[in-house]
Amino acid sequence: MKFGVVRFPGSCDEMDALQAAVRVGEARLLWHGDRDLGGVDAVIVPGGFSYGDYLRVGAIARFSPVMESVAAFAREGGLVLGICNGFQVLCEAGLLPGALLPNAGLRFVCRQVDCAVAEAGTPFTNACREGEVLSIPVKHTTGRYHAPAEQLDELEARGQVVLRYAPGQNPNGSERDIAAVCNAERNVLGLMPHPEHAVDPLTGSQDGLRLFESMREHAGVAVAA
Amino acid sequence: MRARVLVRPKAGILDPQGKAVERALPALGFSGVSNVHVGRLIELDVEDGEALPAMCEKLLANPLIEDYEILES
Repeated sequence: MKFGVVRFPGSCDEMDALQAAVRVGEARLLWHGDRDLGGVDAVIVPGGFSYGDYLRVGAIARFSPVMESVAAFAREGGLVLGICNGFQVLCEAGLLPGALLPNAGLRFVCRQVDCAVAEAGTPFTNACREGEVLSIPVKHTTGRYHAPAEQLDELEARGQVVLRYAPGQNPNGSERDIAAVCNAERNVLGLMPHPEHAVDPLTGSQDGLRLFESMREHAGVAVAA
Repeated sequence: MRARVLVRPKAGILDPQGKAVERALPALGFSGVSNVHVGRLIELDVEDGEALPAMCEKLLANPLIEDYEILES
């Protein structure tokens, strides 16, 4: 399985995302000014501060040449994973519902959080059990997930809420403890926690790897990790 | 044409920045302040003022979380 990891000016987690993806397949960087996705099977939009997060987080990155191709790739059913700033970019691009607002506590939060798998029937969580708790770090200032109440009801009814912060661990005031959402077609997922920072025992948890393994499983490639 | 665009957090959405400012003012001795909200002011020269609403919808504001107001000056 071949992953493409987007690099914007201001990205900072693309190398960790690349290293995480390499554990389950091949991976290459995709430059923000390029339109060619190089025939990858999945795209990761990584964390960071794309284009300086000017105006609003993710607002400018949405219009980069590579995002036009990523949007077309997503519309054709390609797997797209947005992490942190990547989640913000995908929301701004309209590939995911909702928006990310400044943390309710206004502080930058950087800590390990427990996230419960709310929906295991997605290409990003099919290697997990429903209700399984993953320990994954968050590090952000703008991670409060928001959507209008009726849209949140719809997302829940359709199983588009994929991860929730464990009770009492919501780090940013996200509505209904939402940590990850997917689109209706389930091929695009965005989350604030950083699975790519939780793939090696050195950093305390390998739970993030489950998402990458799920994607590989979905792609139907049986490669030994 | 010179235009100003005011962007505000949508009513009903928690605005922690506004709350923080609201709490800070009494600490400086300013009493009787409530309902504080913090938004953005964007000033721009545009050749075609008709395009401003579309600019706001597509980039300058995120209509899901923000309201905007276009002022011509």
